[in-house]
Amino acid sequence: MSFYRSSTSRTFAAGLFMMLVLLLAGTAMPRWLNFLITMAAANGLVSLGIVLLMRSGVVSFGQGLVFAVGGYAAALAFGQWGITDAVLLALGGGVIAALVALPFAWLIARYRGIFFAMLSLALSMVLYGLLMKSQAMGGSDGFNMGRPTLFGLRPADSWSAYANFAVTIVLTAIVGMAARVYFDSTHGLVALAARDNEIRVEYLGSSVQGLIATNFVIAAFVGGLGGALAVMALGHVEPEFSYWTRSGDFVFVAILAGHHSVLAALIASTVLEVVRSFSSAYFPNTWQLVLGVFLLAVIRFLPRGIGSLWEARRQRGEQA
Amino acid sequence: MTLFMTILIDGLTYASWLFIVALGLTLVFGVLKILNVAHGSFYALGAYAAASMVGWFASMQLAPELSIVAMLLAAVVVAALVAPLCERGLLRSFYGRDEVLLVLVTFALFLILEDVTKLIWGVNPLYVSEPYMLFGMVEFGDLSYVGYDFVLIAVAVVVGSIVWWGLNRTRTGKLVLAVIHSEEVASSMGVNVSHIYTLAFGAGIFLAALGGALTAPMISVQPGVSVGVIIVSFAVVIIGGLGSIPGAAIGALIVGMARASAVHLMPVAELFSIYVVMAVVLMFKPEGLFQRDQARKI
Repeated sequence: MSFYRSSTSRTFAAGLFMMLVLLLAGTAMPRWLNFLITMAAANGLVSLGIVLLMRSGVVSFGQGLVFAVGGYAAALAFGQWGITDAVLLALGGGVIAALVALPFAWLIARYRGIFFAMLSLALSMVLYGLLMKSQAMGGSDGFNMGRPTLFGLRPADSWSAYANFAVTIVLTAIVGMAARVYFDSTHGLVALAARDNEIRVEYLGSSVQGLIATNFVIAAFVGGLGGALAVMALGHVEPEFSYWTRSGDFVFVAILAGHHSVLAALIASTVLEVVRSFSSAYFPNTWQLVLGVFLLAVIRFLPRGIGSLWEARRQRGEQA
Repeated sequence: MTLFMTILIDGLTYASWLFIVALGLTLVFGVLKILNVAHGSFYALGAYAAASMVGWFASMQLAPELSIVAMLLAAVVVAALVAPLCERGLLRSFYGRDEVLLVLVTFALFLILEDVTKLIWGVNPLYVSEPYMLFGMVEFGDLSYVGYDFVLIAVAVVVGSIVWWGLNRTRTGKLVLAVIHSEEVASSMGVNVSHIYTLAFGAGIFLAALGGALTAPMISVQPGVSVGVIIVSFAVVIIGGLGSIPGAAIGALIVGMARASAVHLMPVAELFSIYVVMAVVLMFKPEGLFQRDQARKI
C-alpha cells in the first residue's frame, strides 16, 4: 500500500506544480494561446473520459453526447436560471451529463467493441437530432452565452479570457489528479484486468458490467465538465457538439494519448488543437487532409499512444 | 390508405439505395473485419464521378438514355482507381489491429478523402437531374411517383441477387465465403487471402460508389453528402448483423420504413428515428438480427 500512497503524493505534487506553472505562464500568454490551451484542456477532459473507458476495454464513439449535454446545461443555466458562476456552471454541466448518462449506463455496459461504440454513437446522434429540431434551444444555430462570473466577481474585459483559462486549468488539474488516483485504485486496476480478460475477472468475483457502467457515468461527468468549460470559453453552443465527427475527434485524442497516462490525454488534446489551428490557418482548404495524414502517422508509428513514450520507462523503473 | 402507400413507396426507395451502400459496407466488414467509416466518402466519390460523367456524356451529344451507362461507368471507375490504392496502399499495413483502432484508421481516410473530393470538384453543389426524369411519372392510385424511384428499387433487387449469386454460385464467391468464415483455415487450404481482401474491398467500394451514382440525380451533390450516409449505413449493418447480406437487406428495409414513417407521421423525429430503431434492436439482439452466436474466449 505504501507504494500507492507515495505515488499518490507524487501525483499531487506534479499536478499542483504543472497547474501553478500554467497559471503563471497564462498571465504572459497572448490571447490566442490562452484560448487554445483552454479549449485543449476542456476537450482533453472529454477524451480523458474515453481513456477511462478504454482502460475498461471499451471505446465510446459518442462522447459528443455528454460534451453537448454539459455545454447546453451550462448555457441554459446561465441564460434561464441566472446562474453565472463559472465553477458552478462547469460542475453543473458535469453533474447534468452524468445524470443523463445514468439511465443508459447499465444497458450500454452490456456491449463491447464495435457495438459499444455504435450504441454510444446512436445515443449522441439522437441528441443531435433533438437539438436540431428544438426551437427552444435555438435549433441548428444553437445560441450564445454571456460571460460567466467568478466567485461573485465579474472579471474586467481584459481578464475575462484569463479567468476562463484559470478556471479550466484548475478544474482540469483537479480532475487529472483524481483520475490518476482512480486509475491506480483497486477499482481502476480491476478495469485494466477486465480489458485483458473479462471472463477471468468475472470468475474472480468482480462485475465487469458494473465496472463499465460506473466508468461510463464518471466519463460522462468529466465529459460534461469539459463541455461546459468549452462553451464558457466559446460563448456559444450548437447541436454540432453532439455530431459524430466531434466524437471522432475525441476518440482521435484518446487513441493518440493511449490508455496509460492522464497527462498524455491532455498533451494529445493540445497537439490536436495546435495541428488543427495551424493547418486551418496555413492550409485552409486541406486541413482535414493534414489531420487525417497526421492521425494515420500516429496510429502507424505510435500504436500505443504518446503516453507509451514515458510510461514504458516508468514501468521499467518500477520493476527495477 | 394513401398515407400508407406514400410511406411504403418512400420507404422502399430510401431502403433501395441504402441497401446497395450497406451491402458494400457489410461485405467489407465480413471479409476484412473493418467497419469502414470512409465508406461514405466512396459513396460521395461515386456521386461526384456520376455528375461529371453524365455531364461529359451530355457534352458529347449522346442519347440521354446513356446517362444510366454513364452512372454505372462512374462507379466502375471509382472502384477501379481508388479501391486498390486504399487497400493496397493504406489498409494493408494495419491489418490485425484492434477493430476500434481500424475504425479510426478509416476515420483518417474519411478526413483525407473529404478534402480530396473538395480539391477535385470544388465546394459548389453539382446537379445531374436529367436521368431522374428519364423514366417519366408513374400514376399510383391518385398519387404520381417519379419512375426513377421504381427503377431504383428494381436495381437494388438485381444488385442483391447478383451479389447473392456471385457469393453462393461461383468459385470465387465460395472462396470469399470461406475467408469470411475463417481466414486461417482458408489460408491453410491454399486460398490466396490477400487476393480475396483486395477483391472484396473493391466490390464493397463499387457498391458504395454505385449507391452514390444512383442517388446523384435525386440530390444536389455537394460537400457533406458523405457524412450523413456513413452513420445511416452503419445503423443498417448493425441492425442486420455485421457481415450478413440478408441482414443488410432487412436492416435497409427497417431503416427505410422507420425514416419514411417518421417523415410523414412525426417530422420532429426524422433525424433520429433511425438511431432509436438501432438502439431498440441492439437492446434485444445485441449482435444484430442475423448474427451467429460467437463462442466466448476464456
